Amino acid sequence: MAKILLIGEHDGAVLNPSTAKVVACAAEIDNAEIDVLILAESASQVAAEAATLQSVSRVLTVENEANKHPLGAVLAPQIVALADGYSHIFGPSTTFGKDLMPRVAALLGVNQISDIMSVEGTHEFKRPIYAGNAVVTMQAPADVPLVATVRTASYRAIGDGNSAPVESMDVTVELPTHTRFLELKAGSSDRPDLLTAAKVVAGGRALGSIENFELIYQLADKLGAGVGASRAAVDAGYVPNEVQVGQTGKIIAPELYIAIGISGAIQHLTGIKDAGTIVAINKDEEAPIFEVADIGVVGDLFKIVPELNDAL
Amino acid sequence: MDKILVGLKRVVDYNVRVRVKSDGSGVETDGVKMSINPFDEIALEEALRIKEKGGASEVIVVSIGAAESQQQLRTGLAMGADRAILVETSEALDSLSCARVFLEIINRENPGLVILGKQAIDDDNIQTGQMLAALWGQAQGTFASHIDLDGDKARITREVDVGLELIEIDLPAVITADLRLNEPRYVKLPDIMKAKKKPLDQIPLGDLGIERGPKIVETVFAPPTERQKGVMVDDVPGLIAALKDKGLV
Ligand SMILES: Cc1cc2nc3c(=O)[nH]c(=O)nc-3n(C[C@H](O)[C@H](O)[C@H](O)COP(=O)(O)OP(=O)(O)OC[C@H]3O[C@@H](n4cnc5c(N)ncnc54)[C@H](O)[C@@H]3O)c2cc1C
Ligand SMILES: Nc1ncnc2c1ncn2[C@@H]1O[C@H](COP(=O)(O)O)[C@@H](O)[C@H]1O
Repeated sequence: MAKILLIGEHDGAVLNPSTAKVVACAAEIDNAEIDVLILAESASQVAAEAATLQSVSRVLTVENEANKHPLGAVLAPQIVALADGYSHIFGPSTTFGKDLMPRVAALLGVNQISDIMSVEGTHEFKRPIYAGNAVVTMQAPADVPLVATVRTASYRAIGDGNSAPVESMDVTVELPTHTRFLELKAGSSDRPDLLTAAKVVAGGRALGSIENFELIYQLADKLGAGVGASRAAVDAGYVPNEVQVGQTGKIIAPELYIAIGISGAIQHLTGIKDAGTIVAINKDEEAPIFEVADIGVVGDLFKIVPELNDAL
Repeated sequence: MDKILVGLKRVVDYNVRVRVKSDGSGVETDGVKMSINPFDEIALEEALRIKEKGGASEVIVVSIGAAESQQQLRTGLAMGADRAILVETSEALDSLSCARVFLEIINRENPGLVILGKQAIDDDNIQTGQMLAALWGQAQGTFASHIDLDGDKARITREVDVGLELIEIDLPAVITADLRLNEPRYVKLPDIMKAKKKPLDQIPLGDLGIERGPKIVETVFAPPTERQKGVMVDDVPGLIAALKDKGLV
């Protein structure tokens, strides 16, 4: 049997949608018994939400003032203190999980599988490497705990309706004081979150300015879509870093992705491989984005996008 | 501080379209352009800037890999690093073992700061820095887009999913560099000549007595499922019709 400790991601008030996706992955493992761990300052609200997720056996909570902000260095020793008896320890492949899980793995003296995209067996998984240009099958040893992160774009959130028991855990380990949270500058937006949006409209370097990016926002609002961007657009300062899509930004899987003035570099494409329909608008008919687009329009975005905004 | 340690991994250049070998045993690297992992170049640039501002006295670049990694270390020396260490192995070492190697180098060199890339663009693991910080028992500032050193502390701006996070960490620590931390300098010809005279120590991996992590075996490599090329439409009405057809508007 697989006993899985799954680290829940949250902001203190609500569960991050990544958690339901990691549960969906864990539930594909044969005979999985899944415990979701919520480390928080005050956990009850988030734990109650986690308890509704299908396939979850128990929700464990550790409440500590030090867990108010998710610092990997502070959370890792607490997870290790609870790890005994678990065959798998899973987290999401978000910046939260990427910061935290390798620290857990190292404290346990094991390696980690990053970005699980499919479950092939209890200890066998597939993951992308080389910006998604290759997929490798990984076989982990069964005699040590397997620490892994799950590529959330590969999974649909598991449904709710469950009512798993919630148990509060006592953890007595010394927590490091070498890391202190100071501030979070979160982009405030009423638009759908990029990681979970069903539709995403993204702009590239061709937009040319912050002002011109308004065209992208208008189209996004017409479609009820989230907003994304290429690295070039972020580097140029047209949009904040958290909207970057790609190998080093966000890996997303919306039903509809509209790439506007984006050339389609491999590092960008790796972020949208799992999108349902990709639309590309680019004035260069040779742009690599057209090789993956389901629907392509060759032309000047400054003509096409306003026309599209008017027509919708 | 005295020394800054920087990791430089030799990887397939980011412009190369990597192909899987037909027998599924790995990816094609024969005759392929190799470079410093782009994030490591950024890590080194940051270390050099810290040194140039008087924040450190020596920058040491470290690579774990085949003898050919000397090329990347020489480039790092040409960029301005003072000294290089190659931990030589023909194996592709897993992240935990790499972290243990770095820890051993730390024990020998006692750096005040270690800067690695946030990710190596070959395995895309995003693990080594965090593992090293854990083994070392020190703080980690991952995915850094800005670093402010202040005595024995550093304030790090981190690129996280919701925006930017500011943390303060005690030094020594491990920082991992994100893309927007800086823009690395170009290497000039005279610097390449000078770099030939800088010290490059070669240590066989076996000499370090590193215990290997439990191995996760890579069994089969396969190409990803390719997306099919779709249709081209002429204009906005054509686009809207195609979207309606798929029930997307
Ligand atoms: C280690 C590493 C990691 C990276 N990670 C990422 C990542 O996560 N995400 C990412 O996006 N990139 C990433 N990159 C960068 C990537 O390689 C490309 O440089 C980047 O994606 C290019 O952005 P772009 O398509 O907006 O710009 P360009 O490549 O400059 O493309 C602009 C496009 O706009 C078109 N265009 C220009 N004017 C118009 C117009 N008026 N109307 C219509 N079309 C027009 C042009 O034909 C062109 O195709 C990474 C690079 C490295 C080295
Ligand atoms: N073999 C290696 N040699 C030098 N540095 C490495 C090596 N492997 C990993 N690193 C460092 O660790 C970072 C993260 O790598 P990874 O965890 O593999 O994504 C890289 O950007 C390097 O700075």
